[in-house]
Amino acid sequence: MAIGRPVEVVADVPEAARRRRRVAAIGEFCRERPLGAIGAAVVLLNIVVGLGATVIAPYDPVATDYGAMLARPSAAHWLGTDAFGRDVLSRIIYGSRTAMLVGFACAFLGATVGAVIGVASAYFAGKVDLLVQRVMDIFLAFPLIILALAVVSILGTGIFNVIVAIAIPMIPRAGLVARSSALAIREMPYVDAARAAGFRHRRIILRHMLPNVMAPYLIMLTAYLGQAILAEASLTFLGLGVSEPTPAWGLMLRGAAVQFAESAPWMAIFPGLAISLAVFAFNLFGDSLRDALDPRLRAQ
Amino acid sequence: MTKYIVKRLLLMIPTLLGVAVLIFFLMRIVPGDIVELRFAGESAYAQKENLDKERARLGLDQPVWRQFLSWMGGLARFDLGTSMWTGAPITEEIRLRFALSLQLAIMATIVAILLAIPLGVIAALRQDTWIDYVVRVISIAGLATPSFWLGIVFILGLLIIFKWLPPMVYTPFWVNPVQNLAQLIWPALAVGYRYSAVATRMTRSAMLEVLREDYIRTARAKGLWEKLILSRHALKNAMLPVLTVIALEFAFLIGGLVVTEQVFNLNGLGLLFVEAVGHRDYTLTQALVMLVAFVFIFVNFLVDLAYAWLDPRIRLR
Repeated sequence: MAIGRPVEVVADVPEAARRRRRVAAIGEFCRERPLGAIGAAVVLLNIVVGLGATVIAPYDPVATDYGAMLARPSAAHWLGTDAFGRDVLSRIIYGSRTAMLVGFACAFLGATVGAVIGVASAYFAGKVDLLVQRVMDIFLAFPLIILALAVVSILGTGIFNVIVAIAIPMIPRAGLVARSSALAIREMPYVDAARAAGFRHRRIILRHMLPNVMAPYLIMLTAYLGQAILAEASLTFLGLGVSEPTPAWGLMLRGAAVQFAESAPWMAIFPGLAISLAVFAFNLFGDSLRDALDPRLRAQ
Repeated sequence: MTKYIVKRLLLMIPTLLGVAVLIFFLMRIVPGDIVELRFAGESAYAQKENLDKERARLGLDQPVWRQFLSWMGGLARFDLGTSMWTGAPITEEIRLRFALSLQLAIMATIVAILLAIPLGVIAALRQDTWIDYVVRVISIAGLATPSFWLGIVFILGLLIIFKWLPPMVYTPFWVNPVQNLAQLIWPALAVGYRYSAVATRMTRSAMLEVLREDYIRTARAKGLWEKLILSRHALKNAMLPVLTVIALEFAFLIGGLVVTEQVFNLNGLGLLFVEAVGHRDYTLTQALVMLVAFVFIFVNFLVDLAYAWLDPRIRLR
């Protein structure tokens, strides 16, 4: 009987055929949802720019040039320089690295941990479910800024602590979504079959239920990418996030950018545009992905 | 219905208790306490004796469980105590800042509603035309733009174009309404735009759903005036989910606007949060967290009630 081994059945499909199907799906997505494809392209561009920052950036992002402080945008410095004569464009390019790292790490951590907790909570049901729900309620009611402040005070500033601080509040939100999807999956015959086959709880949750909440999981993941970048910029702006000398967009908006706003507005405008554009692209892509994956919307 | 309300109100207690336990112990895990911070500047002179005396005065020498119980006892009597840092009653510390945060939240909500409902309705009525695309791009851009940066851009624009800066010192509305509005309208616009994005999208999708309902077809078939169909039949029924997002966002705005407050130099609840944690002012931080959590839970409760009240199909049990 193959009932207990659905995973192996899927594995029978040749690797090449699966890859072909995937490429076709991507092509269809681009044709039907041009806005989403544009978003995806900008996201890719951001990643490439972040990875290749050392090659692409015209200047060292931390090199000061006191001969060219607060210089206007020009051929030498396309987006001008800041109060220390550092090239704004180069700092934005390097900042993309920080933003992408924080964005992907937070979204992956928040959505994944949340999905596992949510699915487990739906699977076990009863008292466990009730308890998990209450704990999530507590975290939902807890002001985000206090969580972030506390995490940063305990762990100190720095990129990895910021990731933790931003990912923690995402977990209960992702958990609620995953739980409500998993409630329906719990009643599916294949879950009963897995249970009858005597599989452990962990295997049923991770291998039978979790892959079936993939659509809401991906939707959350893309939605959290943009949110995480915004949250990082806000925390950094407050001095609670990434700190000098790491180039980060939120950091570029701090202090001197506001102080010299009138004489050197480019210092405040361009990093903000970089944040908005990156998050805009993620949202555009995420929205189209949601439309493509949500069968309820597809039917309309 | 009464039974439901009582049950929901009682269910708030364990959640609030959980929040209380979490913030109480979280604050005590954070390294450094208020006494160390206060004497940090004069560490050479501050003998251990002085530190101990100060801790005893603030009750920090007591075992943690006893501190927790005495705080709980105070909460049960609605007594928030005094701020450890300033010594002033916490209700005093919070009152003025709460007024500012509340006013800003209300103004931002008004901005958001004025933007979201007309835009969302138009986008739904003209689905898949260029109007719809423009509205969608405006709302996705609203979600993508950090409101603190929008605030900086507003200030920059006013400064460069009009050579004018909004007042930087807070004047209560009842003292000088013009001065007050001249300061608060800018953060309200910056926050309201971002906030409207969520509501616009919700209005659009709710309207699209409602416009497909049978009763709309019936209303059209009996020759009802289109404007009347939209306002009485469609909009009224589409407002439920919109109301939810607006209410939940409102709950977040009180105490959640830390960065925008910083940009506009506003002494609201958000900045008070940062200060309180920075000073390790346990009593003030705890009180603020309880206040914000209560507002959030209570607004959630009101939303559920409003659902049942506005939509007779929903029965609450």
